[in-house]
Amino acid sequence: MANFFTDNKDLLFQFEQLNLQEVVDIAENNYKEKDEYNFAPQDYQDAVDNYRKVLEIVGDIAANIVAPNASAVDEEGARFENGKVTYAKGTQLALDYLSRAELMGFTLPRKYGGLNIPKTLYMMAIEMISRADASLMNIFGLQDISETIYKYGNEEQRQEFLPQFASGEATGAMALTEPDAGSDLQSVKLQAYQDKNGQWRLRGVKRFITNGNGKILLVLARSEAGTRDGRGLSMFVCYGDEHVKVRRIENKLGIHGSPTCELQFNDAPAQLVGKRRFGLIKYVMDLMNGARLAVSAQALGISQAAYDEALNYAKAREQFGKAIYNIPAVTNMLIDMRVRLESDRSLLYATSQWVDLRDRLEEKVAKLKAEGKDTSETRARLKETIKISDLLTPMTKYFLTEHANKITYDALQIHGGTGYMREFNVERLARDARITNIYEGTSQLQIVAAIGGVLNDILKDFFEEKAKKQYKGILVQLADHLKEMREMFLDALTYVIDKDDKYFQDVAAKELVEMYGYIYVGYLLLDEAEKNSRKIFIAKRYILSAMANCRRNGTAIKNEQFSDLYHADEILLP
Amino acid sequence: MSYKIVVLVKQVPDTANISGEVMKPDGTVNRAMLPAIFNPEDRVALELALQVKDRYGGTVKAITMGPPKASEVLRECLYMGADETVLISDRKFAGADTLATSYVLSEALKKLGKFDLVFAGRQAIDGDTAQVGPQTAEKLGIPQITYAEQILNLTDNTISVKRKIDGGHEIVQGKLPLLLTVIKDAAIPRPFRAKRVMAYKNACTLLELEKMVESNSLLYVDTLKEEYESKGLFIPTLTMDDLDVDPARCGLAGSPTKVHKVESVVLASNEHIRIEPNKEGLSLLIDKLLEDHTLG
Repeated sequence: MANFFTDNKDLLFQFEQLNLQEVVDIAENNYKEKDEYNFAPQDYQDAVDNYRKVLEIVGDIAANIVAPNASAVDEEGARFENGKVTYAKGTQLALDYLSRAELMGFTLPRKYGGLNIPKTLYMMAIEMISRADASLMNIFGLQDISETIYKYGNEEQRQEFLPQFASGEATGAMALTEPDAGSDLQSVKLQAYQDKNGQWRLRGVKRFITNGNGKILLVLARSEAGTRDGRGLSMFVCYGDEHVKVRRIENKLGIHGSPTCELQFNDAPAQLVGKRRFGLIKYVMDLMNGARLAVSAQALGISQAAYDEALNYAKAREQFGKAIYNIPAVTNMLIDMRVRLESDRSLLYATSQWVDLRDRLEEKVAKLKAEGKDTSETRARLKETIKISDLLTPMTKYFLTEHANKITYDALQIHGGTGYMREFNVERLARDARITNIYEGTSQLQIVAAIGGVLNDILKDFFEEKAKKQYKGILVQLADHLKEMREMFLDALTYVIDKDDKYFQDVAAKELVEMYGYIYVGYLLLDEAEKNSRKIFIAKRYILSAMANCRRNGTAIKNEQFSDLYHADEILLP
Repeated sequence: MSYKIVVLVKQVPDTANISGEVMKPDGTVNRAMLPAIFNPEDRVALELALQVKDRYGGTVKAITMGPPKASEVLRECLYMGADETVLISDRKFAGADTLATSYVLSEALKKLGKFDLVFAGRQAIDGDTAQVGPQTAEKLGIPQITYAEQILNLTDNTISVKRKIDGGHEIVQGKLPLLLTVIKDAAIPRPFRAKRVMAYKNACTLLELEKMVESNSLLYVDTLKEEYESKGLFIPTLTMDDLDVDPARCGLAGSPTKVHKVESVVLASNEHIRIEPNKEGLSLLIDKLLEDHTLG
């Protein structure tokens, strides 16, 4: 039987490499729940074995239930009739299966019906689901909504909403975007007010809401009348009942299975989640960061599917008397795709593990505090992991979603004219990939989110430690390249800081973030190459190519390539 | 009413994924090269049994006869929602054809107590005989409905079933206890449930516990068995000694079917008739089809 977990050697490799011991030890609280729940793990090894088995279920459903229907879902799409949204048949079937397999509460604690599995594994599940059908991720991959209610809601809210998510009885939506508040969420207008009974109510319009037809909606709304910025916004949870009208769904380029709704809130009764005024500055930022990781996993799944299509096609298609796979230009494209795919996977799961660690250290600090114990050491580590997660999350989304576009582009190219036809999967994949570097923050905004950490050289200690490490064989040379790239980066960084020009810095940010990412991923691959000799090829191609790009970026900065921004009006003829 | 349901399942080589290495030069199958899987139609049978349980209430017990390794499919039955499983395993049962297999299965069913319904897949993908279900019903002296497609209704003592027949289907009613064999199209089997997988992944037979003890001198089989039983993780095994069977009717000894010769047949069509797309061509086609009894 086909299985998207067991058939993916590189995903299995990443799974074997995971080091989640500390995360799981904290999350399982000394494995106490084993007496209460027969499915709770006995120890770390048992937990990892559980994760493997759960991912096998996901891989089975992805390969045998979801993937065979992906084309039909794309063709049929989500529909909107008589004010009601209906999923495509394949989408509904897949959701039924995922619910019955008990996979809709992946990360939630057991007492709310969840599996209490770390986020890193959930990202692996999203990767597989997206490889099968990217549009399904927009429903399966929204589990951050319940996670947010768990983290910031009160106990009553947890008990009311979380079991509904975990059982698959309810799907959710995050209602953030409005017609005039897209990337700039500070200008959200949707009004939240308390009626004469003190009941919160929501009034206004939200647009581009993925799965806005969901049963439970997390809504960002202006609770503080008269304010204009992010500090006047709070987070609410409400039901998508008769007070919330779906006005229309969008007709999109890709992810047709996922309904993108325009919602009208007609004094919808809602509950405040967490504290007033913290809606955007804390909860949405957190929610978005979770979603950014999920979209990265979605992009990776699409990349994997596109690579598979391209490889199979290249081996089957004969021209000039041989498979085009054997034409050097094509072979080279395939290698580039494969190296991107594997380096992206390393980056995603490294980042996910940092995010898991951050979440669990937060939990640990709270627990130590409650027990009246000293938290200083854990707090210091937490601070560090927050900084690293905040840098790596947008950087990961930037690389993986841009790469998904590049990989699907190349996969289509390898198909030639055939790839442009709708009969072939690669055409759908290219369309589906296109949204990933737009939603949950465009690539440009990921750079904005990441540049602070880069300017502050957050990974300095990590890089310095790696620079001291002794590598063997060809890896010595590659490690030297990475050191050289670090020099180039520091050089460019100093140049940008010394120049002290806000405009210049905003544009050079992209080159700097990329350079930083190249070095980080380079070291991840170097470490993998130590464990697996095949990975030496991946590390070598990646680092040599990254070094060329790094040099290009550094040169662009130092040659003042962007100084013509001041002449934009002269260059940009109408 | 709470129905007592038994499902007969089998672990089979995955014949759908046969690669070059699997066929030996003499044309027989190298089983070691084939992954062992849950026979697809048996999985559908379990699904129908679980649907009956969901709709009408009851308990579902899955049983299999096979080598010790067959406990793998029993665990998978637990993952899908079976309440209980039993392995029927003994070296003396090995080499059984359908006659000997159905004999042992029917004796095991008698041993396991009262039942209302027995579900089985129509046939296994390794032998493709479709005989074990019907033979088991005969030996138990109970009615059977083969090629079941859909359970329409169930009362205290009767069941109505839609079954597939050539060119259509028919609706039949039978008196309980009764055995059904189920076709693949009857349902898509439910997925393994994550929580049940984590809970039952360690479910073991006695033989598997004995293996654990062999590799760890700190363990004792008896205490281990007790512990597993208390957690609902013990899969009981029925051997020849546990059943009231005549050894002469079991295993190879009780199997009149002997493989005479295995041949690898390559199907090739060497005769072509070109039929023109016109009226004469069509009547020629119809004549030919009548001639070889494809029609009529």
